Amino acid sequence: MNMNRKRLLQLLGATAVVTLIFGVRVRSGAAAAEQVIHLTAKKFEYSPSEITVKKGQPVVIEIVSLDRKHGFTIPDLKVRSDVKPGGKNIVRFTPDKTGTFNFHCDLFCGSGHEGMAGTLVVVE
Amino acid sequence: MGKSDSDSDQKDTSLRRRDFMKLAGLGGVVLVSGLGVRSYAADDYGAPRIGAMGKKATETAQEFYFVQLSDTHWGFEGPAVNPDAQGTLEKAVAAVNGLEDQPDFVVFTGDLTHTTDDDKEREERMKRFQDIASRLKVKTVRYLAGEHDASLDEGAAFQKFFGKLHYTFDHKGVHFIVLDNVSDPSAIVGDAQLVWLKADLKKLRHDAPIVVLTHRPLFDLAPDWDWATRDGSKVVDALMPYANVTVFYGHIHQENHHMTGHIAHHSAKGLMFALPAPMSVAKKAPIPWDAAAPYKGLGFRDIEADVKKAEYEITELPVVKA
Repeated sequence: MNMNRKRLLQLLGATAVVTLIFGVRVRSGAAAAEQVIHLTAKKFEYSPSEITVKKGQPVVIEIVSLDRKHGFTIPDLKVRSDVKPGGKNIVRFTPDKTGTFNFHCDLFCGSGHEGMAGTLVVVE
Repeated sequence: MGKSDSDSDQKDTSLRRRDFMKLAGLGGVVLVSGLGVRSYAADDYGAPRIGAMGKKATETAQEFYFVQLSDTHWGFEGPAVNPDAQGTLEKAVAAVNGLEDQPDFVVFTGDLTHTTDDDKEREERMKRFQDIASRLKVKTVRYLAGEHDASLDEGAAFQKFFGKLHYTFDHKGVHFIVLDNVSDPSAIVGDAQLVWLKADLKKLRHDAPIVVLTHRPLFDLAPDWDWATRDGSKVVDALMPYANVTVFYGHIHQENHHMTGHIAHHSAKGLMFALPAPMSVAKKAPIPWDAAAPYKGLGFRDIEADVKKAEYEITELPVVKA
């Protein structure tokens, strides 16, 4: 029984195998590895404020707001989402170029709004 | 970052002569060349403004001028960037009152107040701002909201003190359209306002002189710095069939001159703190106060309209005389 379960897990590797690379959780699978990032947003910061991901691998950012509605956008990668409190806000994209890209809150949220930002580093 | 094809800090030789004339007017106060834009601050508030026709603005019905003030951020505190935070607006109002020829009207293009989470404090700031602005000799004053005024309460307090968030008015043959791209915190104009805009434009001849007043840039000046309107391209698309459209806006606390097709966009300096040129530094932050040059980077402008030619001559003015 134990052996069967082991085998099943190997076959279902797409969702079951989780590794940690660059501080980002990676769900690897036969089709494409997903880099899963957990982000929190609150006035007036994201945590973490710097994220590193791999080019060509799908990225899933799960953002939780700890206070109010915020935004999340990476203009250079044409990525954006509202970040509503009360659950996970999922952002999916696949970076197709390397570099350092800014992300910021694009829903005005108060006196520190202009500084609510971070960077996404995409490496080979 | 969006391309700013006539930004003061960028070199771009792509401006056509027609664009040059559109930006420059004929009076030469704002000079545009293939090497960028240079504007000259008037050193004497008493100097008569000489317009495109070589006459004072008030001498013909075809010309008039108005004053644009922007980003006064009343309530802001930050001695490192403005140790005279409580006195700058008053000085600007005194400077406008000191102009020899008084403008036909004054417009504040948003961020009248600095944001606060406290609704009562927001109203207090608006009341104090209104008190100071009421000292203007010119009694026709138009107000626009900025995101600091309107984004946290969707414009409720602003409307209580200053009226509608979007509206039109006509002045001596020019049709002015005030657009709100701030009361929705998403920095959008929104579908309802777009419908309203298109209905308004439909009533106009395609060669009508049109001035759009708004707070945020309607084009992607620097989306990384939130210097954009998310659906601004829809506004520009709606304006494109009209031959004589000029946009004046605020938000970025500095001059910037940009063309989207034949439409010129001119941003104004602020009256609380200056900000760096778009994407010129890693992190956007107010420029520190220069004790050797107080009020540097701050100012307001007069805009002389040559209605017949639908041209606008911009003169940048300092908060205090040199």
